[in-house]
Amino acid sequence: MKIFVCIKQVPGVSEVKIDPKTNTLVREGIPSIINPYDKNAIELALSIKEKHGAEITAISMGPPQAEEVLREALAMGVDKAFLLTDKAFAGADTLATSHTLSLAIKKILEELKKDEKYIVICGSQAIDGDTGQVGPELAEELNIPQITYVQKFQIKGDKVIVERVFRTEEVVVIETNFPVLISVLSEINIPRNPTMSGIVDAYQKKEIHYLDAERLKADKAKIGLDGSMTQVWKIFIPERKGEHIILTGTIEEMVQNLCENLKEDKIF
Amino acid sequence: MSIKVDRDLCTGCGSCVDVCLYSGIEMIDDKAQITDGCNLCGACVDVCPVEAIILEREELKVEKMDITQYRGVWVIAEHYKNKIHNVAFQLLGKGRELADILEVNLSLVILGGNFDDNLDEFSQYGADEIIYIKSPILKDYYSDLYVKTLTELIIDHKPEIILIGATPTGRDFAPRVAKRVNAGLTADCTGLVIDLESRNLLQTRPTFGGNIMATIKTPTSRPQMATVRPGIFKPLKKSKRKVIIKKMDYDYNQKDSVSKIVKIINREKKKINLEEAEIIITGGRGVGSKENFKLIEQLADSLNAEIGGSRVAVELNWIEQDRQVGQTGKTVSPKLYIACGISGAIQHIVGIQGAEIIVAINKDPKAPIFKLAHYGIVGDLQKVIPELIKKIKKIRTEKEI
Repeated sequence: MKIFVCIKQVPGVSEVKIDPKTNTLVREGIPSIINPYDKNAIELALSIKEKHGAEITAISMGPPQAEEVLREALAMGVDKAFLLTDKAFAGADTLATSHTLSLAIKKILEELKKDEKYIVICGSQAIDGDTGQVGPELAEELNIPQITYVQKFQIKGDKVIVERVFRTEEVVVIETNFPVLISVLSEINIPRNPTMSGIVDAYQKKEIHYLDAERLKADKAKIGLDGSMTQVWKIFIPERKGEHIILTGTIEEMVQNLCENLKEDKIF
Repeated sequence: MSIKVDRDLCTGCGSCVDVCLYSGIEMIDDKAQITDGCNLCGACVDVCPVEAIILEREELKVEKMDITQYRGVWVIAEHYKNKIHNVAFQLLGKGRELADILEVNLSLVILGGNFDDNLDEFSQYGADEIIYIKSPILKDYYSDLYVKTLTELIIDHKPEIILIGATPTGRDFAPRVAKRVNAGLTADCTGLVIDLESRNLLQTRPTFGGNIMATIKTPTSRPQMATVRPGIFKPLKKSKRKVIIKKMDYDYNQKDSVSKIVKIINREKKKINLEEAEIIITGGRGVGSKENFKLIEQLADSLNAEIGGSRVAVELNWIEQDRQVGQTGKTVSPKLYIACGISGAIQHIVGIQGAEIIVAINKDPKAPIFKLAHYGIVGDLQKVIPELIKKIKKIRTEKEI
């Protein structure tokens, strides 16, 4: 079995802070990390490998420094790592990103043996963009079924059985066949930490394979900004508007004042 | 596609570095230089006072789509246990506004379920047309059948805008449909505006955890697809309208899907319905301890309100995750929202934009929440809340008399 895990390098905080004086982003001291959900995806791949045997390939698209997250994946126990990096990939929306990832997966699938199964695992979303779109779009590119928001996973013979959270109160149990793409929630497992020997292997024994647009034989109209249907037109720090009254006086007076205002607003 | 800095024009003012979200431009020898982090978003181009940054698009020989063939606004309904998810009616409210500006029809699309008796009611939320695909198996959500059916409908009818609830279901089929019809899709929009000249939908969404907003457009292709979280927009008041009902029967069966639903498990949980609560009291870091959170509960009791918490309050385990309000939690739209000890990070604020009246109690007068709150009380919440409970009880008794 082959397992593909798609991972993304993201800023290490889920909220980028704004400097209130200059109204600009505070970027200093923010480390880059593996998207936390993608670590759950790696952990799931490792546990499948331990149970059923598999070769795990981690794939990331990003600038050259995204190599760091692939090293971490290798240190956790992933077998192979591919970094899709090329200036031509820059500015990709989720459609172009999923296309680029699919080219790499299809290329590696050329080595797939007859009757060998494969599965693609993604985190349910990235904490920076928060769209959760690349998984389903990648499944469509690969023409395989998808199951998103997975919190439990098992393989039974030829079948994959998962629990998908589709409402706060309900979980649906779905059975499907190989190949399949699943996107996982953080509830599914607790990702392991790399071991010392894992870290040493990641730097000394394992290597990162680089793929650019040319090697992927990518159609320029389908990658990067040109392959993106959506375009960022404007980025801004929101202004807050409306009437704001800061009440004054003693606590009793302020509370009294508040209640009168709320009565006037027909809340009380 | 390429970006470059004209070093002769660049004055080294650094405004491009400040505005870049991706560390894609830096100052080297007092001149701006593009780095590998560049995502070609163009923010630096707009901000450069001397027009020293040039973003060039290559003219690729791509078959251009005839976008003028696409007309109409669609809302896709999601349902479960034969009940339409409220987000569909909220989207019809927004969709009506967009359709009026574009002078086109607004359609509600329902896949599956048994809604013959409800179509009259559904037609009161602003739609001009209901497209109802009747198929018994689609009472449950089958990803592949939804995608297939919706794609066929889109190819047939060519809508220019499709709005979908950003629920686990909507977020499952929307990207796959977008890919199949090669449409742009923007997730979790909080603002939708039409640029009439181009008929483009300007889709605003929080990004980077919500501290920054991005406005996104899909200028060269149709349909323009957007998902919106429940609670962002409001449904219209129900009113009788003349609505065209297009009903079609699809005889799918189990074998048409690659997946099989084995069972649906109900998770035993207290039913928390923050999205529909009229009054919500929330606590954040400033509450100080789990013990102090009882004050929030008491205040909520006195007002018959639901309680909620900021992300910090959830992370500190003062309140359960299901009650988290904000970008990564629930989006709420109560009549009254009282934020206690919440500083007001945008991650929180995007979740409460729909609230009619926001009251903030915080001892830090500089807390950003005061810029949003309609009424602010600067003070120790341990003193303010008991006083407030006292007053509320007094008002309630007066009312009863």
